[in-house]
Amino acid sequence: MELPGKGLVKGLAVTLGTLGRRTGTQQYPDVEPDLPPRSRGVIALIEENCTVCMLCARECPDWCIYIDSHKEEVVVPGAARARQRNVLDRFAIDFSLCMYCGICVEVCPFDALHWSPEFEYAEHDIRDLLHEKDRLEEWVATVPAPPAHDHRGEPAKEQTAAAKRSGGGAA
Amino acid sequence: MPIWLELALRVLVVVGAFLTLPLIVGQAEHKVMAHMQGRLGPMYAGAFHGWAQLVADGVKFVQKEDITPRAADRQVFRLAPVVALLPYLAVLLVIPLGPHGLVAQPLDVGLFFVLAVVGIGVIAVLMAAWSSANKYSLLGGLRAAAQLLGYELPFVLSAASVAMAAGTLSLSGIVEAWRPWWLLWQLPAMLIFFTAGLAEIRRPPFDMPIADSELVFGYLTEYTGLRFAFFLLAEYVGIVVIAALTTVLFLGGWKGPFDDQLGWLWTLLKVFAVAFVVIWLRVAYPRLREDQLQRLCWLVLVPLALLQLVITAAVKVAL
Repeated sequence: MELPGKGLVKGLAVTLGTLGRRTGTQQYPDVEPDLPPRSRGVIALIEENCTVCMLCARECPDWCIYIDSHKEEVVVPGAARARQRNVLDRFAIDFSLCMYCGICVEVCPFDALHWSPEFEYAEHDIRDLLHEKDRLEEWVATVPAPPAHDHRGEPAKEQTAAAKRSGGGAA
Repeated sequence: MPIWLELALRVLVVVGAFLTLPLIVGQAEHKVMAHMQGRLGPMYAGAFHGWAQLVADGVKFVQKEDITPRAADRQVFRLAPVVALLPYLAVLLVIPLGPHGLVAQPLDVGLFFVLAVVGIGVIAVLMAAWSSANKYSLLGGLRAAAQLLGYELPFVLSAASVAMAAGTLSLSGIVEAWRPWWLLWQLPAMLIFFTAGLAEIRRPPFDMPIADSELVFGYLTEYTGLRFAFFLLAEYVGIVVIAALTTVLFLGGWKGPFDDQLGWLWTLLKVFAVAFVVIWLRVAYPRLREDQLQRLCWLVLVPLALLQLVITAAVKVAL
C-alpha cells in the first residue's frame, strides 16, 4: 500500500531539487547565445558566384527573392561571334516573408548563397527587412567555415563524383 | 524615556517591520519560485540579482492610473484595500519578538485579539468583491467568504489547543510556557494551523477566490495602481503574520541557544523559515478545486483539530 501523502512529499522534493540545481538560462543581451553550427540566422550573397540562373527565386516557397538582370555581350577576340553573359542588377531577399527554409541555399548550384548565424537585424519598420544586394553581401563576412564532415558518415557527393570520374570506385 | 517617546518608537519599529518584512518575503518569493522552476527571476532592477525589483514594482504601481469603475460603489471600493491591510498591522503590534517584553504592545488576550483581527480580512474581500460591480469579482468574493468562514474554524481550534496547553492567551506567555517536546504534542495543531492560515491569506494552493485562470483575478479584477498594490502588500504581510503566528504559537518563538541576547534573531529566523515553506508550497502544489477545498476543511482539518483538543486536554490533565 502506498503511504498517504507520498505524492505531496514527492512534489516538494522535486521543487527543492530544482532549487538547488543551476538554471540553464542564458542572459541573452548580456551574454552572446551559444548557437549550434549551421544556425539559420540570415542569408548571405556572394555576388560574383551568382549567374542569375533564377533557381533560388523559382524554388522559394514564398517568393521572397527578387532578381533583376540584363544580358551583356562579351566580345572575345578570335571567337566566331560575341558571347552573352548575364549581369545581376538587383538581388533582394525580403526577410519579412522569408520562412528560413533554406531551399534557396540548398538549390544554388554555384554556392552564391550561404547561411550566416547573425540574427540581430530586427527593424522598426517591416519594409526595412528587405535586404538588397549590398546588405546581403555584408553578411558574407559572418558566414562560418563549414563544419567538418562527419568522419563516419558517407563521403560527400563531390568526392564520390570526383572518384568516379577519375576511374576509381567509391572513395 | 518619556512614555510618548517610547510609544512613538515602538509604533515606528512596527511600521518599519510592516514595510520591510513583506518586501523581503516578496523578493524571496520572486527568486525562490524562479529557481524552483528552473528560471532566474528578476535580474536587472538594482543591478545585483534584481534586489530592487519590488521597489521598481512599487514605483510602477504609483504611476498607474487609479480607476474606479463607474458602476462600482465608490466609497466601499476605495476603502477595501485599506481594510485588507490595516488588520495585519494591528496583528504585528502584539507579536513578541524576544524575551523581556520585546513586543510593541504586550496584550494579555493577545491570541484572542490576533484571531479576531485576522478575521477582518474576509470583510475586506467581501467589500472589494461586492463593490466592484463585476460578476467575476463577486464569484471570487463569495468563494473567499465560504473559504475564510470554513477555515476560520480549524484555525481557531488549533490555536485554542496551544492556549490550553500553555494555560494563557498572552502570546509572550505561550512562548514562555513552550517546551521543545510540544513540537510533537502539538504537531497536528501546528499543521492544521499552518494549513488554515494559508487558506486564510488565500495563498496557493488555496487561491480559489483569485483563480486567475477561471475568474480573471477574482475580487482583485477591477483594481489598478496603488489600490491593487495594497492588496498585494496585504498578501505578503499576511505571509509574515501567518509565519510569525506559527512561530510564536508552535515553534517556540524566541526560544533557542543564547535566547537571552539573540531571542529576536531566533524569532526572525523561524519566521523566514516558515515563510519559505509558504512559498515552497505555492510552487509545488496546484490549486485546490472548490469542493476539494471545502472537503479538506470540514472533513479533515476540523475533526483533526477537535481530536487535538482532546489530546491536549488529556495530556494536560495527566500532567
